[in-house]
Amino acid sequence: MLRKGHIFKWYIGIFLVFLYAPAILLPVFAFNDSSIVSFPLKGFTTKWFAVLQTNETLHVAVGNSLMIAVTTALFSTLFGVLAARASTRFVFPARRSIMGFIMLPMVLPEIIIGVSLLVVIIQMGFELSLWSIILGHILICTPFCIAILSSAFMNLDQSLEEASFDLGQTRWNTFWLVIIPLVMPGIVASLLIAFTISLDEFIIAFFLAGTEPTLPVYIWGQLRFPAKLPSLMALGTILLVLSISLLLVADYFRRRGIRKTGIENTGGFL
Amino acid sequence: MTWFQKWRRGEGAQGLFLISPTLAFTLLLLAVPLVMVIVLSFWTQDYLTLHRTFSLENYRTAWTEPMYQYLMARSLKISMLVTAMTVLLAYPVAYFISFRVSPKRKAMWIFLITIPFWTSYLMRIFLWKVILGYNGVVNGSLMGLGVIEQPLSFILYNQNAVVLTLAHAWVPFAILPIFVALERVDRSLIEAAEDLGDTKWRRFLRVTLPLSMPGVIAATIIVFIPTIGDYVTPRLVGGPNGLMIANMIELQFKKANDAPLGAALAISAMIIVTCVALIFIWLNKKYIREAK
Repeated sequence: MLRKGHIFKWYIGIFLVFLYAPAILLPVFAFNDSSIVSFPLKGFTTKWFAVLQTNETLHVAVGNSLMIAVTTALFSTLFGVLAARASTRFVFPARRSIMGFIMLPMVLPEIIIGVSLLVVIIQMGFELSLWSIILGHILICTPFCIAILSSAFMNLDQSLEEASFDLGQTRWNTFWLVIIPLVMPGIVASLLIAFTISLDEFIIAFFLAGTEPTLPVYIWGQLRFPAKLPSLMALGTILLVLSISLLLVADYFRRRGIRKTGIENTGGFL
Repeated sequence: MTWFQKWRRGEGAQGLFLISPTLAFTLLLLAVPLVMVIVLSFWTQDYLTLHRTFSLENYRTAWTEPMYQYLMARSLKISMLVTAMTVLLAYPVAYFISFRVSPKRKAMWIFLITIPFWTSYLMRIFLWKVILGYNGVVNGSLMGLGVIEQPLSFILYNQNAVVLTLAHAWVPFAILPIFVALERVDRSLIEAAEDLGDTKWRRFLRVTLPLSMPGVIAATIIVFIPTIGDYVTPRLVGGPNGLMIANMIELQFKKANDAPLGAALAISAMIIVTCVALIFIWLNKKYIREAK
């Protein structure tokens, strides 16, 4: 019996190594003083980070990506709030099928979404721009926002809302003064998740990018040039640190939201 | 009050009103585009002229040309292997978190599992290329340990590399639904099986596994369908024999400039994947019924 438990622990250990291998190697190569990304390591340097500071194209791509990610986060959270509130508070006709349809982008291959938006934009005679990427990103981020926000809305005590009505508040005031503050942690978590997903999304962005690249599209273009790889590792490290910090903040808000409503914490995101 | 006014103030109308912006957005940017892709797949294109007359030509090409048949079969095989590997890797981890980790620490473990997923997608795939490469981490360590004398060349630029890299990318998505299903398994049922004298292994096969099947099915669907659409992993680590149908779809929409054929390929792939997924769900329902 003891041996069996050991095998289990070994398996989990090896699995974690497998899971974390890329995330651990990324900073290792970012600080490696060699223009070739391979072992053995040559020594410590921060020059690959310095290279990033003077790269104009990269800065433009970062700017584009930030603009897209912020807009996506705002809109998909707004759509998420509406859908999550509707589906958790009201019973309406065809609720299950409507929600299933809205959540569909979660299981649809991203290439299908990229292709279909590309077809529509071209057929309608519009130009590809950063806005086409934003539309695609809102589409794929909204289901994630709904998933997070649904649990926030589900944990709401309906009697608080009724109390507000009894005290003479209007529906509108109740929504803004009672409901929104209670689900605020969920909203913050949803904004951060949508931002993080959009910032890293490549497959749709690659299909819908016109002449202006996003950060992942820029990285894709650079992966062909071996000389650029070490500085890409530095860039990846910065992105990794940024994503994890955002997630920790998002998780903090999610937990706070759960504590606020007094429900036991049962898991992470998604 | 007329019935309409009553309805308008009722729950149903309020819910529909609230959800209408999100629904309208999804209809406009998902349903309409999908319909247009279907329409496009029945048109034909030579070079720059698009012929808007109904034709099954693209589907004939997609389903009869050996190259496309071969690519489709290979993509299906890779997606199935990825799904099987992902679920097999994920189940013990989900089981461990659900049954062996103390309730207070479960959230932390789930967080630990999802962190690598937030490493840049492109970087993650590229690093697998570094890990599996000729002078890569695996070959370097094996040679350093004296296990092998020559670097292994069969681990990169082939289908194995694609399967491994995709499994790595999707394993968190498989762990979560299985974990949720395992959490819902009524612990008293397992105790009852124990009291009735079932061994640990039989208890697992007859109680825990069937009860957690919904999670396994969800994991399978979540992994299987999207992996067929990945064109980045095959391109970076697949080599010439590891390319998948999504690479061909991308090629048709971009460089080859034959969007209608690309659309037909995309829709064919979706139909095949959906059918496979439905058969899988049906088989599982049968298994669950028989286990009861």
